[in-house]
Amino acid sequence: MDKLLRQGWVKPLLFAVCLIPLGLLVWRGASGGLGANPIEATNRFLGDWALRFLLIALAVTPLRQMTGWNAVARWRRMLGLFAFAYVVLHFSSYVGLDQFFDWSAIGREIVKRRYITLGMVAVVLLIPLALTSTNAMMRRLGGRRWQALHRLVYVIAPLGVAHHWMMVKKDITEPAIHAAILAVLLGWRGVARLRHNGAATTARPTACSVPQSSSPSP
Amino acid sequence: GLNTVKGPFSTDEPPTPRKDVTTYNNFYELGVEKSDPAQLAPSYFTKTRPWSVTIAGECAKPGTLGYEDLIKPHRLEDRIYRMRCVEAWSMVIPWVGIPLGEVLKRFEPGSKAKFVEFTTLQDPERLPGQRRSVIDWPYVEGLRIDEAMHPLALLAVGLYGEELLPQNGAPIRLVVPWKYGFKSIKSIVAIRFAETPSRTAWMKAAPREYGFYANVNPAVDHPRWSQGAERRIGEFLKRKTLPFNGYADQVASLYSGMDLAANF
Repeated sequence: MDKLLRQGWVKPLLFAVCLIPLGLLVWRGASGGLGANPIEATNRFLGDWALRFLLIALAVTPLRQMTGWNAVARWRRMLGLFAFAYVVLHFSSYVGLDQFFDWSAIGREIVKRRYITLGMVAVVLLIPLALTSTNAMMRRLGGRRWQALHRLVYVIAPLGVAHHWMMVKKDITEPAIHAAILAVLLGWRGVARLRHNGAATTARPTACSVPQSSSPSP
Repeated sequence: GLNTVKGPFSTDEPPTPRKDVTTYNNFYELGVEKSDPAQLAPSYFTKTRPWSVTIAGECAKPGTLGYEDLIKPHRLEDRIYRMRCVEAWSMVIPWVGIPLGEVLKRFEPGSKAKFVEFTTLQDPERLPGQRRSVIDWPYVEGLRIDEAMHPLALLAVGLYGEELLPQNGAPIRLVVPWKYGFKSIKSIVAIRFAETPSRTAWMKAAPREYGFYANVNPAVDHPRWSQGAERRIGEFLKRKTLPFNGYADQVASLYSGMDLAANF
């Protein structure tokens, strides 16, 4: 499987797949498929996918460690940047479509509505991660600092889930599912880290054969 | 089509397209997404006749009436009303209905009848949304008796000259145009005159966010969003929300001396 995933066509295919939600949105918009309130529908759709891509990007490392398919690590940056792209689109549709650049209203909302405050914090925190996603920036920061910075995603994703949860009027099924998935993805890292540390401090030398990959990484 | 006469209070604003009015609905009994009611109604909520409404409480003539007996004594009126949802969107809807007050008077409410309570059908077979406890079923709403007797308050049986579709609250629903849409309870099976106000479905679900009065009020925000502006379905830019949804001339006097921020 890992070998298959390393094929040259896999990543471009995944790139195209990641564009499907956006394509669907454009197609629905053009064909009147967004219903009576297309602005709300657009904003919700982009928000949903921003959150899903955050969770997908966070699933890369656990997936790699569980399956041993090291090839998936090559997708992590791309998936993370897609999450960022959908977040930016979601933010833009709020600013440009929903509020129509009414900056004073937007400012009031950010201050007054807690779920918007959280959403905005998440957007701002994502920016440095996107900016430092290039190889050059990785080198400039150095692995350790880069990794520390990118652990911000452990804050950003919960902010995103909370933002959705607090926005919902009554039926919390969807945000609860997102929260459960996030809990598994973060909990998995916590457990892996505890195990790793335990193995490193208490075990006999042979136990140090714990694979390098079990160290937590964003 | 229904045989109607032109009623008072109609707005001359352009009505929201019928397609939007019949496919963008909050009717949690048929699903929580706004597209759900129109999609689920044809499979579940197909039978809205026979239908009966039970009248109870503080009145001289309680009892159970069939839909026809409830409607027949009245002339059906066309009334084009603005509808403002608490979620900050709005529509202009050409209703067909009868004045609520005229119907209520037939049951001779007594001096203890200070409030009127309405209840939606509870039937998880036909209303599959009730199989999940999203809110405490059945849906209950209420009005103060003077609000209920106000000539703007309407019992609607139709839309765009035709009988109500299930997703719009067939066969009979309330329309209170100066209040947020959730007050306009759908598919009514019971009306009860009471001395005290009811705890309505949304008051039970989120007491901090939804009060008994729920008058449209741009000065009192929902805890999670502004009520100062609204998106009229079909329009791009938001428009300013008007006090009492633009019906202040008719209804503001009902609330003179009341603190509308406390009584939200």
